Amino acid sequence: MNVLVPLPVVLPLLAAALSLAAYGRTTLQRAIGLVTMTATCAASATLLTLVIRDGPMSADLGGWGPSIGIVLVADLFAVVMLAVSSAMVLAVLVYAIGSPATGDSAALFHPVYLVLAAGVSASFLTGDLFNLFVAFEVMLSASYVLMTLGGRAEQVRSGMTYVVVSLLASTLFITAVALVYAATGTVNLAELAVRMPDLPPFVRDSLGLLLLVVFGIKAAIFPLFFWLPDSYPTAPTPVTAIFAGLLTKVGVYAIIRTQMLLFQSDGPSPLLLSIAGATMLVGVLGAIAQDDIKRILSFHIVSQIGYMILGLGLFTVAGLAASIFYIVHHIIVKTTLFLVGGIVEQATGTGALRRLSGVATRMPVTAVLFLVPALSLAGLPPFSGFVAKLGLVEAGLAEHRHVIIGVSLLVSLLTLFSMTKIWGGAFWGTADEAAFVNAAPNRSGAPALMIAPTAVLVAASLAVALAAGPLYGVAESAAESLIDAGAYVRLVTGP
Amino acid sequence: MKLSRSLILDMSAGPVFHVALLFSAFLLFRGHNAPGGGFIGGLVAGAALVLRYVAGGADEVHRTVRVAPELMLGLGLALAVLTGVAPWLVGDQFLESAKLSVDLPLLGTVKTTTALPFDIGVYFVVVGLVLAVLRTIGGEE
Amino acid sequence: MIVVLALAVGGLYAAGAFLLLQRSLTRIILGIALLGHGANLLLLLAGGASGRAPIVDGSDQAVSDPLPQALALTAIVITFGLTAFLLALAYRSWLLRHDDEVEDDVEDRRIARLGRGKS
Repeated sequence: MNVLVPLPVVLPLLAAALSLAAYGRTTLQRAIGLVTMTATCAASATLLTLVIRDGPMSADLGGWGPSIGIVLVADLFAVVMLAVSSAMVLAVLVYAIGSPATGDSAALFHPVYLVLAAGVSASFLTGDLFNLFVAFEVMLSASYVLMTLGGRAEQVRSGMTYVVVSLLASTLFITAVALVYAATGTVNLAELAVRMPDLPPFVRDSLGLLLLVVFGIKAAIFPLFFWLPDSYPTAPTPVTAIFAGLLTKVGVYAIIRTQMLLFQSDGPSPLLLSIAGATMLVGVLGAIAQDDIKRILSFHIVSQIGYMILGLGLFTVAGLAASIFYIVHHIIVKTTLFLVGGIVEQATGTGALRRLSGVATRMPVTAVLFLVPALSLAGLPPFSGFVAKLGLVEAGLAEHRHVIIGVSLLVSLLTLFSMTKIWGGAFWGTADEAAFVNAAPNRSGAPALMIAPTAVLVAASLAVALAAGPLYGVAESAAESLIDAGAYVRLVTGP
Repeated sequence: MKLSRSLILDMSAGPVFHVALLFSAFLLFRGHNAPGGGFIGGLVAGAALVLRYVAGGADEVHRTVRVAPELMLGLGLALAVLTGVAPWLVGDQFLESAKLSVDLPLLGTVKTTTALPFDIGVYFVVVGLVLAVLRTIGGEE
Repeated sequence: MIVVLALAVGGLYAAGAFLLLQRSLTRIILGIALLGHGANLLLLLAGGASGRAPIVDGSDQAVSDPLPQALALTAIVITFGLTAFLLALAYRSWLLRHDDEVEDDVEDRRIARLGRGKS
């Protein structure tokens, strides 16, 4: 059944090609995008059920052996990410089609968006450091185009920062690949996992640090996050939403994958834990200082990345499981929040809190759609964020890391504070009908195609909270397979 | 802005263009086991188009190639991806290729690989990209 | 030979990093290009000493490692494409603003305004 493994990459890529050939025919492009992403979701979901039932799979592309050819590896962690990300891509695509002003009007949106989807899938599936670089580049070059699509002056300015910083990271990535190859003679992750422990500790640590910097820029960890809050808010809403949900998480995925497979340490890593704490704190403090919905949410991405690194830094099954659960919860919730922010901006023409008021009165449906993920992000019971944070706290206490757990609880409180800031600033107050210039004449204030995917995502985040038990079980077995690097090696190179 | 055209460049661009296209096709079919391939061939063809652009501007490029760049890009990429998928039909792995030896009348035995359509796809992607660049950036004056 | 190449890699990285820190967009792009060249050269160097024959079917001679060459080729194509995109972006920025300087980001401008307001 390993035909299924390359499918989440191949389908969007083929669709991107067809969508490009259908340049200028928006309806056809929309149909291609929707059909393909539905199929990709189905393929990823099938892959997920198969991997849960029968264990991980791998595919050698081109029929070459794993040491010379390209390997795709679908282990539990990869397919969980794959399933969540392809669902997000589909939901945001529907939202983009439904949104009148910031949607898919540019003829290049659809092909480039599908290339982005292919790049994200490839990053999750690849079993080879160099192909991880290629997949990153496919994803990033698509993101450069999406970010600057339309070419407004503000977009070009922030896009330039984004592109230059990302290109710098890519150059460092090539450097890291070259050094890894020079030290070990392979770029295949499974073979690296075997050869890495034989290297002198100094070389091993340097390579680990270099790769951490490379992926850290992408994941926006402290102190490499500064490009994110500047660039994300200027892009059109669907683009910002999918970037917020997926791109930084691909960076986190790469950090977890390489740290667990190549540089696993026996106990909690002080470096990673300090980075996690600083990332959380700086991100949330930045968010508190902002007064624009999208900018607040962008700073929260940084803050939330810290939690994911915290779980990894513990290097225990419980910590990793909590991290994985956190990533899944975060992808859904963060995407939803940006989509709601976009709905408010679409209806009123602004995201600045001081110019917004009474959204809850005029658009009560939208207000509910904001409230649920906002409380979930802050970690209030009974939402999915609570389960994720509880898992992290328990894992941290089991390792007696009281300081970092204290920091994470404080950050949760500050997150709640900044969510109430958005709520108080934008949603409460008296509604001035003149302010809602573009609002649709219904209780949500937006076209149904924008509300529907947002509502589905809110329902999904509630479902994550309701089904927390079984989902946490999946996260735990994914974490166990990550801890056991030997299993990955056996899967790729054969027994 | 009206550029003054160079007579020498104008006259030589025509023949050179055709020779360069022929050379790019040579590189394309020679590829895989000898230096060459779709990317290199496409670059040579793209350079030929740029020569046309330098000699006669964006209009001349448009007159030379009537196909929309997006269509060429899209179909080239689709061809490349489909070549990768094709081995599934015979139960092989994604992107797997095989050697072929075909006896053709007049040409004799031609050895090639099933990766050739992939290279042709890449060729069209590169040419389509050059066309798109010439039209979008080169067209503004 | 490998010392010369290693020095070249170091020089490219140094010059690239220096240019990257400039305010002019053109210099930043040149810096990215130089850094990319340095990284690709390093990738090539990872295959071992230079001077050996390229890989040929049925040869008994020591051949050079083809994998870093393939990796470098891929990386070169990617760097080339992205540099082209960056140039297009810089061209767009020039069309919009007729200025080659990189602007301060929103946050910097706000903080600068705060400082001016106090004094």
